[in-house]
Amino acid sequence: MTLVADTPLTPEPEAVGPSPPTGRLLRSALGLWRTRIGITLAGAMIAVALFGPYVAPHGPSDFVGAPNSSSVGTFGTDHLGQDVLSRFLAGGRSILAISAAATLIGLVLGSIVGLVSAYARNLLDDGLMRLMDVILAFPQIMLALVALVTLGPKTWLIIVAVGGTTMPRVARVIRGAAQPIVERDFVAAADALGVPRWRILLGEVLPNVLSPLMVECSLRLTYSIGLVATLGFFGFTPNPGGADWGLMIFENRLALTVQPWGVVLPVIAIALITLGTGLLGDGVARAAAGIDRGRATE
Amino acid sequence: MSEVQAPAIVVENLRITLRNTDIDIVDDVSFEIAPGEVLGLVGESGSGKTTAGLALLGHCRRGVEIAGGSVRVGETDVLALDTLARRRLRGGIVSYVPQDPAASLNPALRIGTQLRETLEVHNYGADDEARRERLAEMMREVLLPDDPAYLRRYPHELSGGQQQRVGLAMAFACRPRVIVLDEPTTGLDVTTQAHVLNSVRDLTELHRAAALYVSHDLAVVATLATRVAVMYAGRVVELGPSQELFETPSHPYTRRLIGAIPHISGKRQLAGIPGRAPSPGNRPKGCFFAPRCSWKIDQCTVELPPLRSVSNGHLARCIRAEEVRAEAGLPSGETLPADAVSVEDAVLSLRSVHSAYGGHTVVHDINFDLAPHECLALVGESGSGKTTLARSIGGLHRERRGEILLNGEPLAASSRGRSREARRMIQYIFQNPYGSLNPRRTIGQIVRQPVELFGTGSDREADKLVGEMLERVSLTAAYAERYPDQLSGGERQRVAIARALICEPAVLVCDEVTSALDVSVQAAIVDLLAELQRDLGLSMLFVTHNLPLVRSIAQRVAVMNHGRIVEMGTVDSVLLNPADDYTKALLADTPSLEAATT
Repeated sequence: MTLVADTPLTPEPEAVGPSPPTGRLLRSALGLWRTRIGITLAGAMIAVALFGPYVAPHGPSDFVGAPNSSSVGTFGTDHLGQDVLSRFLAGGRSILAISAAATLIGLVLGSIVGLVSAYARNLLDDGLMRLMDVILAFPQIMLALVALVTLGPKTWLIIVAVGGTTMPRVARVIRGAAQPIVERDFVAAADALGVPRWRILLGEVLPNVLSPLMVECSLRLTYSIGLVATLGFFGFTPNPGGADWGLMIFENRLALTVQPWGVVLPVIAIALITLGTGLLGDGVARAAAGIDRGRATE
Repeated sequence: MSEVQAPAIVVENLRITLRNTDIDIVDDVSFEIAPGEVLGLVGESGSGKTTAGLALLGHCRRGVEIAGGSVRVGETDVLALDTLARRRLRGGIVSYVPQDPAASLNPALRIGTQLRETLEVHNYGADDEARRERLAEMMREVLLPDDPAYLRRYPHELSGGQQQRVGLAMAFACRPRVIVLDEPTTGLDVTTQAHVLNSVRDLTELHRAAALYVSHDLAVVATLATRVAVMYAGRVVELGPSQELFETPSHPYTRRLIGAIPHISGKRQLAGIPGRAPSPGNRPKGCFFAPRCSWKIDQCTVELPPLRSVSNGHLARCIRAEEVRAEAGLPSGETLPADAVSVEDAVLSLRSVHSAYGGHTVVHDINFDLAPHECLALVGESGSGKTTLARSIGGLHRERRGEILLNGEPLAASSRGRSREARRMIQYIFQNPYGSLNPRRTIGQIVRQPVELFGTGSDREADKLVGEMLERVSLTAAYAERYPDQLSGGERQRVAIARALICEPAVLVCDEVTSALDVSVQAAIVDLLAELQRDLGLSMLFVTHNLPLVRSIAQRVAVMNHGRIVEMGTVDSVLLNPADDYTKALLADTPSLEAATT
């Protein structure tokens, strides 16, 4: 006998060609204006930080004129007589590199904790999440300051302090997103086949929480940049004499009325890049909401 | 019949399209319903039956608009009313009973409050006292207690059937002239369903309301409706008196649909419908059913035939309706011989198995043997413990006592405690194909997964095997590139079957594998499973709540109630001569086409 199937008799009309949901997510996110603006802003600021030092007219620590003078160079000099533009162009690298590294650590650790917690559903879940709650109980900046005051402003320590305090925030979100996923039957199916647990977490669960993870990624990057800049403002930078957007704001704040550029330039830069990453995250979140409800506009 | 009476609602040339496009979801739908009459609107998912039903309230989903036609209730044209007037109409003159009562009742409000709200919004009754009386009367009408303590309950304190009766009470509260019921018994047990259907029948008669009963379940519609309209691809393809329509279907689609329904009385193969219903915007020229129709002639592809009369009050949208009508007997597969089963060398044996949730035992003392090449059906209502038992066998439920033996070897409770071989030999197919396939993986990756775990072959061999398995379940190797969300429910379930088959299992545990699917798809899946079981010599445990379905696939059946097997035997003996009271009640409550049409 022939099998009767509900398979199409004619070639599938609605097949749009295979495309992984994650690819679809990015494409539909790029279709939103907020995402495009976000990428432009963040991209511009990253470009300034990366290539700035090569186009700077002076070295970041060169003395080029009288302190707080607005007549030297494009944006004048700072409180020590160094060129503001050159310091601004040089001051983005460390802050962005440190923020990115810290965010990455926070995301990786937080995802692991979140996934394991959601999948374990037992004492381990409780233990991990209460630990996260303890870290969450302290403001991020306070824990970071305590660590830096105790051990000194070292690059690795700033990264660990910011990343470590980012972790519980990511963990909560990922656990929440993964909880309904681990209850789905495809996870049970993998369990029944005896797929190793780490492969279930990475292969079955993680791909299904990528949308919130991507949103979290840009959101946490935004916060990390702010935090690292704040630490710089308080003088906690690995290179105290060097250029750093946060430090520049602190150094030049007294001369704000006389020579505002020393403060305004880094403030604008930090504002634009956080705005950019924020918009980017928002765009991804909106696209994800559309796709997850099955209303992707393609 | 009530020809003399003016119809309560007249729908004419209803056309519903995707907003701002010319793509129609529903078109050319016309019917009328007399007071006290129940019109059944039958169709498979995507046929537009719910969309058409909602249009009777002047409502449509987001992104959809009513583009033409009229819906007249008495003298009022519903579609000509403004938003405010439509809102006043809904619940008062035309009311609606949604599919899922749990989702339609506000979980934060007491049911009394919600019922009173309906009356107050529509200014029903002169004062609070009158409303209170009406409230009590409503509760009595739907056979619920009317004491204040009951009305102070929250929806979650009610069972599914009680919730749906509250939904019915709410819909009938203001004595509407028209009521639209959208699959109100889907998801309810047969016993509960029988009660709710009785309530619907009594209330429509009592209040002389015109009811549109939207459903995919032909048997339910046959027992309830006076007239039936069959929808396919957004058109009514056949409309006629219930009994006549089911006895002499005049449209090929109706015939095939009836052929896809399992029958309790005779063991026969189910016949699915080949192909898939065309989606809006992709409908073929001519008759929409032509590509799937065995009656097709050249003329069928020229233009969509009109709905025309084939006998008194019986309309069909087919140019060969008379020939279809004249065809004797309903289409169905050959009658299968009842085969004997010996359970001497059982593949799977259960010895006093108990399963529990958090110390609370829900499955008690289960003993049975599953022979090689045998299909044992496990039947029961929701909460009977049948799924828990199936999951215990599959190693997905850990809290269990007693012994489960696979070829004489005891199995650990958890699948991870079992040997690789044991995990391979018992394969589990889940109820919901929308949940059992990872949406972020391609079909190829999903089907391949077991090969990566159990297999030893190369990548190329694995790919070849995946292709073979997909073809085995009547898909093509090309499906390997797709993602689950590009597949229909039936196709997804086939993929799940392929994933199980690729392990070369000895025992297949099927947990309600067709309950999320349309009848024609269900027929095809059951057909496939039965064929695989025969050809590959699989042993199968087929868990279902659908008694007639058991006929078409199983040799033996075990009936479960409250976690115990109350009756077990060959399909014939259990279904035709049930010994246990519970089985008898279950059989009596199961709606069937035969009982309704004879």
